[in-house]
Amino acid sequence: MLYRENGQFKSTYASDQQMLPIAQDRVFMVLLLAFAFIGVPLVTSDYVFLSLLIPFLILTLAAIGLNLLVGYCGQISIGHAAFMAVGAYAAYNLVLRVPQLNFLVVLLLAGLIAAVIGVLFGIPSLRIKGLYLAVATLAAQFFSDWMFARVKWFTNYAHSGSVQTAPIELFGWTVETPVEKYLFLLAVLVVFTLVAKNLVRGHIGREWMAMRDMDVAAEVIGIRPVYAKLTAFAVSAFYCGVAGALWGFVYLGSWEPLAFNLNLSLNLLFMIIIGGMGSLLGSYFGAAFIVALPILLDQVPIWLGVPISTATSAHLALMIFGALIVFFLIVEPHGLARLWAIGKEKLRLWPFPH
Amino acid sequence: MKVKSIVVAAAVAAAFASPAAFAQAKEQFFPSLVYRTGPYAPNGIPFANGFADYLKLINARDGGINGVKITFEECETGYATDKGVECYERLKGKGPTGATVFQPLSTGITFALTDKSFNDHIPIITAGYGRADSVDGTVFAWNFPLGGTYWDAADMLVQFVGKKEGGLDKLKGKKIALVYHDSPYGKEPIALLEERRKMHGYQLMLLPVTHPGVEQKATWLQIRQQRPDYVFLWGWGVMNSTALKEAVATGYPREKMYGVWWSGAEPDVAPVGEGAKGYNALVFLAPAGQGQVHKDIIKYVYDKGQGTGKKEDIGDVLYNRGLVSVMMAVEGVRRAHIKYGKRPLKGEEVRWGLENLAIDEAAIKRLGFAGFMTPVSTSCVNHEGDAQARIHTWDGKKWVVQPGVYHADTSILKPMIRASAEKYAAEKKITKRDCAKEAG
Repeated sequence: MLYRENGQFKSTYASDQQMLPIAQDRVFMVLLLAFAFIGVPLVTSDYVFLSLLIPFLILTLAAIGLNLLVGYCGQISIGHAAFMAVGAYAAYNLVLRVPQLNFLVVLLLAGLIAAVIGVLFGIPSLRIKGLYLAVATLAAQFFSDWMFARVKWFTNYAHSGSVQTAPIELFGWTVETPVEKYLFLLAVLVVFTLVAKNLVRGHIGREWMAMRDMDVAAEVIGIRPVYAKLTAFAVSAFYCGVAGALWGFVYLGSWEPLAFNLNLSLNLLFMIIIGGMGSLLGSYFGAAFIVALPILLDQVPIWLGVPISTATSAHLALMIFGALIVFFLIVEPHGLARLWAIGKEKLRLWPFPH
Repeated sequence: MKVKSIVVAAAVAAAFASPAAFAQAKEQFFPSLVYRTGPYAPNGIPFANGFADYLKLINARDGGINGVKITFEECETGYATDKGVECYERLKGKGPTGATVFQPLSTGITFALTDKSFNDHIPIITAGYGRADSVDGTVFAWNFPLGGTYWDAADMLVQFVGKKEGGLDKLKGKKIALVYHDSPYGKEPIALLEERRKMHGYQLMLLPVTHPGVEQKATWLQIRQQRPDYVFLWGWGVMNSTALKEAVATGYPREKMYGVWWSGAEPDVAPVGEGAKGYNALVFLAPAGQGQVHKDIIKYVYDKGQGTGKKEDIGDVLYNRGLVSVMMAVEGVRRAHIKYGKRPLKGEEVRWGLENLAIDEAAIKRLGFAGFMTPVSTSCVNHEGDAQARIHTWDGKKWVVQPGVYHADTSILKPMIRASAEKYAAEKKITKRDCAKEAG
C-alpha cells in the first residue's frame, strides 16, 4: 500500500541510474541516516557504543571489503584479517614515525599499504581457483601472524609484542568519548559504503561480476582477468586495511598480533555468508549478526533473572548462536540480505498479492 | 539495518533497567571477569571460585565491608581480549558507585583495560600478572600488580638457577630455554631474561608456543636437539600439562624445569601425575593448603550450601590465589573507608585505599591468611608492594614448598621499569602524576 512506485516516472538517465530509484527508499535512507547520526547518540549508553556499535561499524567496513572480493569477484579468501593487521600496524608505524601526518592521511596510506600486500597475495588467484585459492590465501594469514609477532621493528620493539596508541586527533578534534568515536566511524563507513556502491555499479564492478559468473566467458568478451582479479584484491585489501587501522586505533587502543588471528578472518567470512554474498547491505546484516548476537544471547539469562551459572550461560549462548546460523542458512541460503529483498518485494504487492 | 535498530533498542532497555534497581543501596559492586569455559578453564575455574567464595564469606561472616554489603557479578571472558573488554564495559557501571576494581586474570585483557583505565578511573589489580612496568604508579595510575610481576618472576628464577650452579657467574655458557605462551603474557619476561643474559653471559633459547598450546612437538624436538641446561616454562592452561607430557616423552629431566607461578598449580601437573615428579615452579603469595580463612569459608559458606565450587577443591593453589587476590581488593576498600567514611566508594577512592595498603603480619593473621600471604605495602609511586616468592616442587601427589625466599633484584628492575613506563607515557601522551603534590 505505502511501498509502491506507481507514478514515479524516470524521464532522465540520471534518475534512471540513481542509487535508490524508489522515492520511499530515499526517504527511508534519509531518515535512517538522520537517526544514526542524531537519534542514536541521544538515546544510547556508553556500553552499547563501545561493545556493540563501534565493533559493528568497523567490522561492517571489513565485511564490505571482503564482500567486494568474495561476493562480487568470486575469489574466496580466508586470510583477510591479515590485511586488517597490515593496515593496523602500518597506521601504528606511520603515526609513530611521522607524527605530523593527519590521521585521515594515515588511514588512507594504511589502506594503500594493505592494498599492495593484497595484490601480492592475490597473484596466485591468476592460476588457482575456488577452494584451492582459499587455501592459498591462508598463507597471507600465517605470514602476517608470523611477521608481526617476530619482526620487532613493526611493534617498535615492545617487549611483550603489544602496541598501544594515543587517541586520534583530527584538525584539533580529539576523538575520545564513545559518541565521538561512533560519529567518526559512522562518517567513515558512510563514505566508504558510497564508494563501494559506486564501484560495484560501475565498469570495474561489472568486470568483477563477470569474472565471478564465468571467467572464460568474461575473458572472451574482452575482460582482462589479471586486471579484474588484482583490482578486486587491491580494493578489498584497501577496505580491510582501513578497517584494521580503525579496529586498532578506535576500538582496541592497544593490541597484540593475536587480535588479527585466523578467528577474525573466519568471522569476516561468516559475516558475508550469513549476511549475503554480493550485497553491501548483507555486510551490514552479517556484521550485526556476528557482533551483536553472541553478546545479547549471553545477557538474556541475566535480564530474565534466571539464576544459571556463568559457564552454563556461556555454553548456552554458543549453542543457540550456532543453531541460529544453521536456521538462517536453511531458511535463506543467500543470506539475510536476500530475506530483506524478499520482504521488500512482498511489501510492494501488499495488501493485494494477486 | 532494521536488525541494528532492534539491537540498539533492546540493549538500551537493558542498560537503563539494571542500575535503577540499586540506586540507593549501601552496596559495593565487585565485577568478576572469569573464564569457566575454553582451553584455560581448568585454571580459570579454581581462581574464580576462590574469588567468589571470599566475597560470600565477607558478606556472611562480617555482613560486608564495615557494613557495606558486597554485590558481585561474573562475566565470562574465555581468556579472549575482545570478550574481556566487552565484559569490562558491561560491568563497569553497575552498582551504586560503579565497579570497585577489575581483576581480569589475563595479561592480554590487562593491556586492553589499562588503556581504558585512564578515562574510566577504575583500578585494575593484577596480582602476579599484567604489565611489568605498571609498578610505576606515576604513569600507570590505575594498575596494581600487587605482589609481583613477570620481571620479578624471571629475575627470581635466574637467581635460583644461579644459586644452584654455585653463583650467578657460573651461569656463563649455560643454556636456558624459555618455553612461552606466544602472547603478551609469555613475552613479558623476555626483556628481563635478555638483560640478565647480558650480565651473566648465558645463552637464551626462545621457544614460543602458539595458543592454546596443545601442539608442542616441534618445540620439544628443539629441546631434545639442543639439550638446554634449564627450561623455564611460561605457560597457562592446557599448555602446562602438555609441556610436561612432552618433557616425559622426550626424556627431558623434570628437575631442570622451572615454571612461573602460573605454571605451578594442580591442573598443570595432575594430568601427568607421577611423570611430573620433580618439576618445580615459583609460588608467590599463596601456596596450596588450608588455614583459618578456609575453615571460615567452609563454616559460613559451604556448610550453608552457598559454595561456588566443590568442597574438596578448597585450598588448591589457584583457589588460594583467587582468595588472596580479592582479599587485597577488599582490604583496599577497607583502607579507603578510613579516609572517605564507611559508604560505597568510587573507583578513585578505592585507588587511594590500594595505594595506601599496609597489610602487615598482624593483619595477615587477623584476616586468617597466616602462612598464605606475605606483607604488602604500597604507595603512590610503587604500586606493587614487595615481591617475594618461593619454589615449590611436585612430588607426584602434592606441591612441597622448598626452603628459601627469593626477592627480585631492584637495582636491575628499577631502570627497566622506568624506561618502559616512560616509553608508554610518550606513546599514549600521558601526563605523569606528581605523587608528592597529591600527598600534600
